[in-house]
Amino acid sequence: MLLEVRNLSVAFGSVMRPVQAVSGVDLEIAAGEIVGIAGESGSGKTTLCAALIRALPKAARVSGEIRFDGRSMHALSPRELRELRGREIAMILQNPMTSLDPLFTIGNQLGEVLSTRCDVPAPHLRDREVELLRSVHMTAPEERLRQYPHELSGGMRQRVLIAMASATAPKLLLADEPTTALDATIQEEILVLFREIRDRRGTAIAIVTHDLGVIRRICDRIVIMYAGRIVEEGSVASVFAAPRHPYTRALLASIPVLDGDRVHVQSIAGQVPNLADLGDFCPFADRCPIAVDQCRAQAPPEAAFGDRQRVFCWRAEGIS
Amino acid sequence: MQPEARAPITDTLVALRGVRKEFPARRVSPFGARRKVVAVDDVGFEIRAGSTFGLVGESGSGKSTIARMILKLERPDAGEVSFDGRGLWRQTATQEQTYRRTVQAVLQDPYGALSPRLRVKDIIGEPLAAQRADRATIDSAVARLLDTVGLGKDAGNRYPHQFSGGQRQRIAIARALSVEPRLLVLDEPVSALDVSIRAQILMLLREMQERLGLTYLFVGHDLAIVRYVSAVVGVMYFGRMVEIGPADDVLRHPRHPYTQRLVSIASMRQPLGHERLTGELPDPLAPPSGCQFRMRCPFATDRCVAEVPALRESGTQHRVACHYFAEIEAGSKAATGPMP
Repeated sequence: MLLEVRNLSVAFGSVMRPVQAVSGVDLEIAAGEIVGIAGESGSGKTTLCAALIRALPKAARVSGEIRFDGRSMHALSPRELRELRGREIAMILQNPMTSLDPLFTIGNQLGEVLSTRCDVPAPHLRDREVELLRSVHMTAPEERLRQYPHELSGGMRQRVLIAMASATAPKLLLADEPTTALDATIQEEILVLFREIRDRRGTAIAIVTHDLGVIRRICDRIVIMYAGRIVEEGSVASVFAAPRHPYTRALLASIPVLDGDRVHVQSIAGQVPNLADLGDFCPFADRCPIAVDQCRAQAPPEAAFGDRQRVFCWRAEGIS
Repeated sequence: MQPEARAPITDTLVALRGVRKEFPARRVSPFGARRKVVAVDDVGFEIRAGSTFGLVGESGSGKSTIARMILKLERPDAGEVSFDGRGLWRQTATQEQTYRRTVQAVLQDPYGALSPRLRVKDIIGEPLAAQRADRATIDSAVARLLDTVGLGKDAGNRYPHQFSGGQRQRIAIARALSVEPRLLVLDEPVSALDVSIRAQILMLLREMQERLGLTYLFVGHDLAIVRYVSAVVGVMYFGRMVEIGPADDVLRHPRHPYTQRLVSIASMRQPLGHERLTGELPDPLAPPSGCQFRMRCPFATDRCVAEVPALRESGTQHRVACHYFAEIEAGSKAATGPMP
C-alpha cells in the first residue's frame, strides 16, 4: 500500500473544548489509484489532506499514524520531509493564480522545479520545460515559457501547475479542489490530464472535492466524509449505484440530474454540526431520517459490503 | 422620437432586443489604441411573468452583464431592455424609483452581501426603512419574511456571522422580498453553498415562485440546477446567445455544438476523454470573425469563419445560432473543424 492512514485524529483549539476537525480516520491509497475524498465545508477533507503531508499548523494536535511508501511520516526529519514533499508527493491547490509567482515567467518557474527537484542540468532545462508543457497539451509551448501567469487563462495556469507537479514523477499527487474554479469544458480537459498522468507514470492521485460529479467522472474509489469522519467508502461504481449510508443517499438525492425525467430533488434538513460540540456518536444522527436511539448514544461500527465498500452506520444492515 | 404608447398588457415581463454592451479594456501603453471588450453582442429574449428564465454560460460569456442590465446597473450601448413594455432608460424619476423596488437581486456570495455590523432584522428591514415605513410596519414585515424563508423569529436579533451559508442566503432572499418585488435576478444563488444545502434553497425559490407569483432570471453554470428551476433556457458563449428554448428541450436535445458539448459533459453520457477537446478559447480583445465557437467546434467550416450565424427557428420556440444544426442533427455533417 502506498499510503496508509491509521486512526488519524486532528484537533484544534483548547484541550477542554477541542474542535475535532478529523476523528479516527483510516484510509489506504494504492499505487496508481485515483481516489476521491468528498465532503462539504467543515467535513475535514482539507485538514486530512494537510495532515497527510504534515502541513498542518503547529497548533493542531495530531494522533494516529501515517505511513507513506513504508515509512512513517512522523519519523521523518524536516530535511527528509522537504525532499519527500517535492519529489514523491506533489500538491495542486484550487486557485491556480495564487500558486504561481506573478513576478516570474512560466519558464522561470518550471526551470526552478526542474533544476532543484529533478536535478536537470542547465543546458537541458529549456528542452525539458518545452517537453513538460507539451505533456499537458499546451499549445505553442516555446511562447508560453516567456509569458507571465497573468497572461494565461485559468485552465492554462492549472495545466502549468499540473506540469510542475508531475515533473518529478511523484508517487502521490494530492489535488485539493483542482477544478472548482474552472468552467465545465475546461474542467473536463484537466480531468483527462490527471488520468493521463496516472496511466503514463502510475501516479496515485487523491482528489479532494465537494463536487461528486468530478469524482464520478475520474475516480476509482470514493471516500465520503462528514463532520471529520469517514462515513462511507467504496468503489465509485458501487457507491453511486448503491449508496449505503443515509448521508450519502441524501446527498445523491439532493442533486438535480440533467438526464432522465426526474425533476424532483430532496433536501437534507438541518445544518452541518458544529465540530466543537461533537459527541461520541454518529454525527449525522440529528439530520438522519432513519436514526434510532442507539445512533445518538454510541459511535457506529464499521459494516463491510462487497467490493471494499465500508459504511459507518448503525442501520447499515437494515438499508439496502 | 415619438412618445411611447402605453404598452398592451401581455404576459411578457422583461424583454431584451438587440442588446449590446461594451467595456473599455486597459490600454497596453498610454499611447496605445483604445481597446474594448464586447461583453454582450446582439442579445434578445423575453421573460414571461411568473416563470423562470435560466441563463447558462461559462465565465466571461456575458450572463452576469445581462443580469446587471436588467437590474439597471449597466446601460446597454445598443438595443433595449424593457420591463412591462417600457424601456428601462425611458423611465421618469418616479418610475425608476418604483422599478428599483420591483426588481431585486440575490447574488452568489451570501457572505459578502450582508453587512456584518447589522442585526438580521435591520438587514431585512433596511429596504423598507429606506422607503420611510414606520417601525411597527417594519417589525411585522420582518417577522413575516423570516417565516417565509424558513428562519425562526429569534434569527432577527442575531448577526450574519452567526449563520451558516445557506441561512445567510435565506436572509438575502428575505431582504430581496421585503419590498414585494415582481422580478428576482438570481445570479448563481446556490453556487457558493454546500451541496446538501443547495436543494433547500432551490426548493424555497420554487415554492416562493408558486406562492407569490414571482418571475425569476436565474443565472447559473450548472445545467442540472438550471433545468430544475427554469422553464426557458438561454445558452451564451462569449457574449452571444447560441441557443434558446424550453429548458427540457434545450438541455435534453441540444442542437448547438457548444450546448451539445456542455450537456454531454454534465450528463456524463460519454466516458471521460471521449471527445478530444482541442482549440483555444477566443481572445475577448481580438474576437474571431464569424462564429465564436468555430475554434473549438468539430463541425466548423469556412462559412463559420466568414459569417456570424443568426439565431434560427429549429422547433417550437427553440432557436439555434449555428449554420449547420439541421445537418448535425441529421448526422450528415462531416467533422470538418475546428477552424483556428
